[in-house]
Amino acid sequence: MLILKCPYCGVSAEETEFTPGGEAHLTRYTSGSEDQAFTDYLFARKNPRGVHFERWRHVFGCGKWFHTARCTATLEVFGTYTGQTSTPPDNIIAVIKAKRPEWEGFK
Amino acid sequence: MSNAAFILNGAAFEGAVTVTEAGLRGMITLRGDLGSEAMEKAVKASVGVALPKQRKIKSGKRGAVAWMSPDELLLLVDYDQADMLVAKMKSILAEEHHLVVNVSDARSMFTLSGAGAREVLAKGAPVDLSHSVFGKGAIRRSRIGQIAAAFWTLDGEELEVVCFRSVGAFMYDWLSTAAAKGSLPEYL
Repeated sequence: MLILKCPYCGVSAEETEFTPGGEAHLTRYTSGSEDQAFTDYLFARKNPRGVHFERWRHVFGCGKWFHTARCTATLEVFGTYTGQTSTPPDNIIAVIKAKRPEWEGFK
Repeated sequence: MSNAAFILNGAAFEGAVTVTEAGLRGMITLRGDLGSEAMEKAVKASVGVALPKQRKIKSGKRGAVAWMSPDELLLLVDYDQADMLVAKMKSILAEEHHLVVNVSDARSMFTLSGAGAREVLAKGAPVDLSHSVFGKGAIRRSRIGQIAAAFWTLDGEELEVVCFRSVGAFMYDWLSTAAAKGSLPEYL
Protein backbone atom coordinates (compact mmCIF):
# COMPACT_ATOMS: atom_id res chain seq x y z
CA MET A 1 0.00 0.00 0.00
CA LEU A 2 1.39 3.37 -1.03
CA ILE A 3 0.61 6.53 0.88
CA LEU A 4 0.95 9.49 -1.44
CA LYS A 5 0.76 13.16 -0.65
CA CYS A 6 -1.16 15.09 -3.25
CA PRO A 7 0.83 18.28 -3.91
CA TYR A 8 -2.37 20.12 -4.84
CA CYS A 9 -4.64 19.13 -1.93
CA GLY A 10 -1.79 18.80 0.53
CA VAL A 11 -3.43 15.64 1.81
CA SER A 12 -1.77 12.29 2.43
CA ALA A 13 -4.00 9.52 1.18
CA GLU A 14 -3.66 5.87 0.40
CA GLU A 15 -3.35 4.59 -3.12
CA THR A 16 -6.99 3.61 -3.69
CA GLU A 17 -7.81 7.30 -3.82
CA PHE A 18 -5.40 7.72 -6.75
CA THR A 19 -5.01 6.19 -10.16
CA PRO A 20 -1.62 5.37 -11.68
CA GLY A 21 -0.56 6.98 -14.93
CA GLY A 22 2.60 5.09 -15.79
CA GLU A 23 6.14 6.29 -16.27
CA ALA A 24 6.78 10.00 -15.86
CA HIS A 25 8.83 12.50 -17.84
CA LEU A 26 8.44 10.86 -21.25
CA THR A 27 9.58 12.77 -24.29
CA ARG A 28 6.65 12.76 -26.69
CA TYR A 29 8.22 12.07 -30.08
CA THR A 30 5.80 12.89 -32.84
CA SER A 31 5.64 13.21 -36.61
CA GLY A 32 8.98 14.05 -38.15
CA SER A 33 10.98 12.17 -35.51
CA GLU A 34 13.10 9.07 -36.03
CA ASP A 35 11.10 5.84 -36.31
CA GLN A 36 13.06 4.25 -33.47
CA ALA A 37 12.49 7.19 -31.14
CA PHE A 38 8.78 7.18 -31.93
CA THR A 39 8.51 3.41 -31.38
CA ASP A 40 10.35 3.68 -28.08
CA TYR A 41 8.11 6.50 -26.94
CA LEU A 42 4.99 4.52 -27.84
CA PHE A 43 5.96 1.09 -26.54
CA ALA A 44 9.14 0.99 -24.47
CA ARG A 45 8.82 1.76 -20.76
CA LYS A 46 11.37 1.64 -18.00
CA ASN A 47 10.79 -1.11 -15.46
CA PRO A 48 13.50 -0.53 -12.90
CA ARG A 49 14.03 -2.35 -9.65
CA GLY A 50 14.52 0.60 -7.36
CA VAL A 51 14.03 4.31 -7.93
CA HIS A 52 11.22 5.09 -10.35
CA PHE A 53 9.32 8.20 -11.39
CA GLU A 54 5.62 7.89 -12.06
CA ARG A 55 2.55 9.94 -12.87
CA TRP A 56 -0.45 9.65 -10.59
CA ARG A 57 -3.85 11.27 -10.58
CA HIS A 58 -5.83 12.19 -7.48
CA VAL A 59 -8.93 10.77 -9.08
CA PHE A 60 -11.24 10.66 -6.04
CA GLY A 61 -9.95 13.98 -4.75
CA CYS A 62 -9.02 17.15 -6.59
CA GLY A 63 -8.60 15.34 -9.91
CA LYS A 64 -5.12 16.72 -10.57
CA TRP A 65 -2.19 14.89 -12.14
CA PHE A 66 1.12 14.95 -10.29
CA HIS A 67 4.46 13.14 -10.16
CA THR A 68 5.74 10.62 -7.65
CA ALA A 69 9.26 9.35 -6.98
CA ARG A 70 9.24 5.97 -5.31
CA CYS A 71 11.14 2.71 -4.94
CA THR A 72 9.59 -0.22 -6.79
CA ALA A 73 11.31 -2.75 -4.56
CA THR A 74 10.37 -1.39 -1.12
CA LEU A 75 7.39 0.82 -2.05
CA GLU A 76 9.09 3.67 -0.21
CA VAL A 77 7.81 7.01 -1.49
CA PHE A 78 10.60 9.59 -1.78
CA GLY A 79 8.26 12.43 -2.56
CA THR A 80 5.56 13.84 -4.79
CA TYR A 81 5.78 16.98 -6.84
CA THR A 82 3.90 19.12 -9.32
CA GLY A 83 2.77 17.79 -12.68
CA GLN A 84 4.02 20.94 -14.42
CA THR A 85 7.63 19.87 -14.80
CA SER A 86 9.57 17.78 -17.30
CA THR A 87 12.34 16.73 -14.90
CA PRO A 88 12.33 15.85 -11.20
CA PRO A 89 13.01 18.90 -9.01
CA ASP A 90 16.31 19.21 -7.11
CA ASN A 91 14.79 18.66 -3.67
CA ILE A 92 13.36 15.29 -4.74
CA ILE A 93 16.68 14.28 -6.30
CA ALA A 94 18.44 15.24 -3.05
CA VAL A 95 16.07 13.10 -0.98
CA ILE A 96 16.64 10.09 -3.23
CA LYS A 97 20.44 10.57 -3.24
CA ALA A 98 20.42 10.71 0.56
CA LYS A 99 18.43 7.49 0.84
CA ARG A 100 19.91 5.61 -2.13
CA PRO A 101 23.59 6.69 -2.46
CA GLU A 102 24.15 4.05 -5.16
CA TRP A 103 21.40 5.46 -7.40
CA GLU A 104 22.81 6.55 -10.75
CA GLY A 105 20.60 9.63 -11.08
CA PHE A 106 17.68 10.63 -13.28
CA LYS A 107 18.18 9.91 -16.98
CA MET B 1 -41.40 21.25 -16.95
CA SER B 2 -41.73 18.62 -14.31
CA ASN B 3 -41.16 19.57 -10.70
CA ALA B 4 -37.70 19.14 -9.27
CA ALA B 5 -37.56 16.05 -7.11
CA PHE B 6 -34.88 14.51 -5.04
CA ILE B 7 -33.90 10.96 -5.45
CA LEU B 8 -35.32 9.30 -2.33
CA ASN B 9 -37.92 11.89 -1.33
CA GLY B 10 -36.11 12.69 1.87
CA ALA B 11 -35.81 9.15 3.17
CA ALA B 12 -34.33 8.75 6.63
CA PHE B 13 -32.77 5.76 8.33
CA GLU B 14 -32.63 5.51 12.12
CA GLY B 15 -29.84 3.19 13.12
CA ALA B 16 -26.74 3.67 15.18
CA VAL B 17 -26.78 7.13 13.66
CA THR B 18 -29.42 8.88 11.58
CA VAL B 19 -28.93 8.98 7.82
CA THR B 20 -31.15 11.53 6.10
CA GLU B 21 -31.42 12.55 2.51
CA ALA B 22 -30.91 16.27 2.75
CA GLY B 23 -33.30 17.25 0.00
CA LEU B 24 -32.97 19.84 -2.72
CA ARG B 25 -29.90 21.96 -2.33
CA GLY B 26 -28.54 24.48 -4.76
CA MET B 27 -25.00 23.62 -5.78
CA ILE B 28 -22.81 25.66 -8.07
CA THR B 29 -19.43 24.60 -9.40
CA LEU B 30 -17.14 27.57 -9.78
CA ARG B 31 -13.76 27.21 -11.44
CA GLY B 32 -11.09 29.74 -12.17
CA ASP B 33 -8.17 31.52 -10.55
CA LEU B 34 -8.99 31.42 -6.83
CA GLY B 35 -6.46 34.14 -6.16
CA SER B 36 -8.15 36.74 -8.32
CA GLU B 37 -10.11 39.70 -7.00
CA ALA B 38 -13.09 39.03 -9.24
CA MET B 39 -13.38 35.52 -7.86
CA GLU B 40 -13.38 36.82 -4.31
CA LYS B 41 -15.98 39.37 -5.30
CA ALA B 42 -18.19 36.79 -7.04
CA VAL B 43 -18.22 34.51 -3.99
CA LYS B 44 -18.84 37.42 -1.62
CA ALA B 45 -21.71 38.62 -3.77
CA SER B 46 -23.41 35.24 -3.98
CA VAL B 47 -22.82 33.57 -0.62
CA GLY B 48 -21.52 36.44 1.45
CA VAL B 49 -18.38 34.78 2.80
CA ALA B 50 -14.69 35.02 1.95
CA LEU B 51 -12.88 32.29 0.01
CA PRO B 52 -12.16 29.19 2.10
CA LYS B 53 -8.62 27.99 2.67
CA GLN B 54 -7.34 24.66 1.34
CA ARG B 55 -9.69 21.77 2.30
CA LYS B 56 -12.02 24.05 4.24
CA ILE B 57 -15.66 24.99 3.99
CA LYS B 58 -17.05 28.34 5.11
CA SER B 59 -20.66 29.06 5.77
CA GLY B 60 -22.68 32.22 6.04
CA LYS B 61 -26.31 33.18 6.22
CA ARG B 62 -26.90 32.69 2.52
CA GLY B 63 -25.05 29.43 2.08
CA ALA B 64 -21.61 27.90 2.15
CA VAL B 65 -18.56 27.75 -0.04
CA ALA B 66 -16.22 24.76 -0.12
CA TRP B 67 -12.68 24.33 -1.43
CA MET B 68 -12.67 21.48 -3.95
CA SER B 69 -9.27 21.80 -5.66
CA PRO B 70 -6.74 24.61 -6.27
CA ASP B 71 -8.99 26.00 -9.01
CA GLU B 72 -12.44 24.85 -8.00
CA LEU B 73 -15.06 25.83 -5.44
CA LEU B 74 -18.45 24.38 -4.62
CA LEU B 75 -21.12 26.85 -3.57
CA LEU B 76 -24.04 25.58 -1.51
CA VAL B 77 -27.03 27.84 -1.80
CA ASP B 78 -30.82 27.76 -1.81
CA TYR B 79 -32.12 25.57 -4.61
CA ASP B 80 -34.29 28.32 -6.06
CA GLN B 81 -31.47 30.85 -6.03
CA ALA B 82 -28.91 28.81 -7.95
CA ASP B 83 -29.74 29.94 -11.49
CA MET B 84 -29.93 33.57 -10.48
CA LEU B 85 -26.57 33.38 -8.70
CA VAL B 86 -24.92 31.67 -11.68
CA ALA B 87 -25.98 34.57 -13.88
CA LYS B 88 -24.78 37.06 -11.29
CA MET B 89 -21.37 35.46 -10.97
CA LYS B 90 -21.02 35.15 -14.72
CA SER B 91 -21.35 38.90 -15.06
CA ILE B 92 -18.85 39.56 -12.27
CA LEU B 93 -16.33 37.13 -13.80
CA ALA B 94 -16.98 38.18 -17.40
CA GLU B 95 -13.45 39.51 -17.87
CA GLU B 96 -11.81 36.35 -16.58
CA HIS B 97 -11.27 32.77 -17.67
CA HIS B 98 -13.82 30.93 -15.55
CA LEU B 99 -16.58 28.35 -15.39
CA VAL B 100 -19.82 28.61 -13.42
CA VAL B 101 -22.42 25.85 -13.63
CA ASN B 102 -25.52 25.03 -11.68
CA VAL B 103 -25.02 21.38 -10.75
CA SER B 104 -27.86 21.15 -8.21
CA ASP B 105 -29.71 18.44 -10.11
CA ALA B 106 -26.57 16.39 -10.68
CA ARG B 107 -25.98 15.73 -7.00
CA SER B 108 -27.48 14.02 -3.99
CA MET B 109 -26.83 15.08 -0.47
CA PHE B 110 -27.07 13.22 2.83
CA THR B 111 -26.56 14.11 6.46
CA LEU B 112 -25.23 11.83 9.17
CA SER B 113 -26.13 12.85 12.67
CA GLY B 114 -25.43 11.16 15.97
CA ALA B 115 -22.44 10.37 18.10
CA GLY B 116 -21.08 7.67 15.79
CA ALA B 117 -21.36 9.58 12.51
CA ARG B 118 -17.61 9.63 12.02
CA GLU B 119 -17.34 5.90 12.70
CA VAL B 120 -19.97 5.16 10.07
CA LEU B 121 -18.18 7.17 7.42
CA ALA B 122 -14.81 5.76 8.40
CA LYS B 123 -16.02 2.27 7.45
CA GLY B 124 -15.81 3.19 3.80
CA ALA B 125 -13.62 6.26 3.42
CA PRO B 126 -9.82 6.01 3.57
CA VAL B 127 -9.63 9.21 5.59
CA ASP B 128 -8.59 10.13 9.12
CA LEU B 129 -11.88 11.40 10.54
CA SER B 130 -10.75 12.08 14.10
CA HIS B 131 -11.83 15.41 15.58
CA SER B 132 -8.27 16.69 15.69
CA VAL B 133 -7.68 16.16 11.96
CA PHE B 134 -11.18 16.52 10.54
CA GLY B 135 -12.60 19.28 12.69
CA LYS B 136 -15.05 22.13 12.25
CA GLY B 137 -15.16 23.45 8.72
CA ALA B 138 -13.13 20.62 7.18
CA ILE B 139 -14.02 19.18 3.81
CA ARG B 140 -12.56 16.17 2.08
CA ARG B 141 -13.11 14.76 -1.38
CA SER B 142 -12.56 11.04 -1.36
CA ARG B 143 -14.47 7.85 -1.87
CA ILE B 144 -17.09 6.07 0.22
CA GLY B 145 -17.12 2.41 -0.64
CA GLN B 146 -16.38 2.51 -4.34
CA ILE B 147 -18.01 5.81 -5.18
CA ALA B 148 -16.66 9.33 -5.28
CA ALA B 149 -18.01 11.65 -2.62
CA ALA B 150 -17.22 14.81 -0.73
CA PHE B 151 -18.03 15.19 2.92
CA TRP B 152 -17.64 17.94 5.45
CA THR B 153 -18.68 19.07 8.88
CA LEU B 154 -19.66 22.64 9.63
CA ASP B 155 -20.26 22.32 13.36
CA GLY B 156 -17.83 19.50 14.06
CA GLU B 157 -20.60 16.99 14.80
CA GLU B 158 -23.05 16.53 11.96
CA LEU B 159 -21.52 15.24 8.73
CA GLU B 160 -22.83 16.10 5.30
CA VAL B 161 -22.10 13.92 2.29
CA VAL B 162 -22.55 14.82 -1.33
CA CYS B 163 -22.25 12.45 -4.30
CA PHE B 164 -23.46 12.16 -7.87
CA ARG B 165 -27.20 11.79 -8.15
CA SER B 166 -26.81 8.70 -10.35
CA VAL B 167 -25.34 6.83 -7.37
CA GLY B 168 -27.46 8.56 -4.73
CA ALA B 169 -29.67 5.56 -4.00
CA PHE B 170 -26.59 3.36 -3.66
CA MET B 171 -25.03 5.87 -1.31
CA TYR B 172 -28.13 5.88 0.88
CA ASP B 173 -28.16 2.08 1.00
CA TRP B 174 -24.46 2.00 1.75
CA LEU B 175 -24.72 4.55 4.56
CA SER B 176 -27.77 2.82 6.03
CA THR B 177 -25.99 -0.52 6.06
CA ALA B 178 -22.91 1.04 7.63
CA ALA B 179 -25.14 2.66 10.24
CA ALA B 180 -26.90 -0.57 11.25
CA LYS B 181 -27.85 -0.79 14.92
CA GLY B 182 -25.19 -2.36 17.10
CA SER B 183 -22.51 -2.08 14.43
CA LEU B 184 -20.47 0.65 16.06
CA PRO B 185 -17.70 0.22 18.63
CA GLU B 186 -18.88 0.26 22.25
CA TYR B 187 -16.59 3.02 23.46
CA LEU B 188 -18.80 5.60 21.77
